[in-house]
Amino acid sequence: MLRIKCPYCGTREHTEFTYGEDAKRILPDTDASLDVWNTYVFARHNVAGEHLEYWQHTLGCRAWLKVQRNTLTHTISWIGLPQDTPPQPEEECS
Amino acid sequence: MGRYNALNIVWQALQGNQNWQRVWRDPQPKAHYDVIIIGGGGHGLATAYYLAKLHGITRVAVLEKGWLGGGNVGRNTTIVRSNYMLDGNAPFYEHGMNLWRSMAQDLNYNVMFSPRGVLNLAHNKAQYDEYARRGNAMRLNGIDAEILSRDEVLQREPILVTSAAERFPIFGGLLQPQAGNARHDAVAWGYARAADRLGVDLIQNCEVVDFIQQGEKVVGVTTNRGDIYADKVGMAVAGNTSRLTSKLGLHLPIESHVLQAFVTEPYKPVINGVVTYGGGGHFYISQSNKGGLVFGGDIDGYNSYAQRGNLPVFEDVITAGLSIMPSLSRVKLLRNWGGIMDMSMDGSPIIDTGPIDGLYLNTGWCYGGFKATPASGWCFAYTIANNQAHALNKAFTLDRFAKGYAIDEKGAGPYPKAH
Repeated sequence: MLRIKCPYCGTREHTEFTYGEDAKRILPDTDASLDVWNTYVFARHNVAGEHLEYWQHTLGCRAWLKVQRNTLTHTISWIGLPQDTPPQPEEECS
Repeated sequence: MGRYNALNIVWQALQGNQNWQRVWRDPQPKAHYDVIIIGGGGHGLATAYYLAKLHGITRVAVLEKGWLGGGNVGRNTTIVRSNYMLDGNAPFYEHGMNLWRSMAQDLNYNVMFSPRGVLNLAHNKAQYDEYARRGNAMRLNGIDAEILSRDEVLQREPILVTSAAERFPIFGGLLQPQAGNARHDAVAWGYARAADRLGVDLIQNCEVVDFIQQGEKVVGVTTNRGDIYADKVGMAVAGNTSRLTSKLGLHLPIESHVLQAFVTEPYKPVINGVVTYGGGGHFYISQSNKGGLVFGGDIDGYNSYAQRGNLPVFEDVITAGLSIMPSLSRVKLLRNWGGIMDMSMDGSPIIDTGPIDGLYLNTGWCYGGFKATPASGWCFAYTIANNQAHALNKAFTLDRFAKGYAIDEKGAGPYPKAH
């Protein structure tokens, strides 16, 4: 069980949340090239290590959160709101 | 190393079983090979075997970071089937079924392939109609499929007869009679032994940490046992695909997720074939030859490289199982484990010449890679040997996403956690 500390509701079990996706993907401009769109829709960095990702507190306040979690250990090192950036840049670990 | 046969077993037994030879050699890596396969799992070993057997390429090394068959080929629910609907998938998996049928003879190794049938349960008319459609598509592709009524389902699998108050009453089902199970470890060992006998070097405890490039072209790999060069480098590393391709700056349409599986203590036979349940929950179960009930469900639902799962999904799987087989509540669970799946963006695999010269990709098996082992190895070997896809895997290209030819069996869109 992951325990996620929602900034609004406090620490809750992850079953209250829905996993979103990789939070480092940035929506391209609508007139961006097909290549750019293809990368956005399909390509993933799929990091083994510190991973920045979205979770929604579906069964709580319904806020979307940004979570930095280690995909090897499931340790959560930082939680913020979607507009926030984690204190340390995500490592391109492998 | 001789062939295995009955006479051989008797002869060895008379000598107290003291003179069996190693099943495969333990060679030192050479400096150069024609082909390097990264990953000594089912797909990698099968690829090496077919490269040597069908394409005459025997200067092949399989590099495995741990021990042979210690990854997902040793961590699955052993189901073998080809009940796919879409044209890109069906002929590929059916070719695999043909290879499964002759595998034990071909490899001279008992892989215990047991075509005991895979039954998909339908719980309402809509689901039943959907299965009828799938069954028809399968038959058009030459795959055996039968649609069963409720009575036929219950006759086949009496354990599903629950009580008057069934939580999710069974409406009918779709049966692929010739699908079934195989002994997963034996598949890895059988391919390993057969490849080794053809001269393939199986190198264990040899972790690939980087690629060696000459200009753009991949010409070898850096390992913890030194640099090894090759004309062609094929990857069959399942959930670790992205970790390796990121060394080349390649970001593939793959996410790694953990899938759990479970096995109980051995029991007397209670389930005839494989039963899958896709109604109120997701659950699939079969009984191993030893008697253990082997079952699983969904992936955990978030990116993971940890080979262990979480308890909420554990609970989900058990709940789904109990809703169709309440008697399961009395069984004792022996073990559960997790494997890292290479979830693709459309739920279908990629077997392709890489986007970089000298690199060949075999990935995106989601959690259905075991059944594909022979077909995957067969097609990947063809692709490596001929620098182009065979007709059977021509749909499994990497650029199908960009071109709009995704093979989305489930219709879930580019969300790996949903496939």
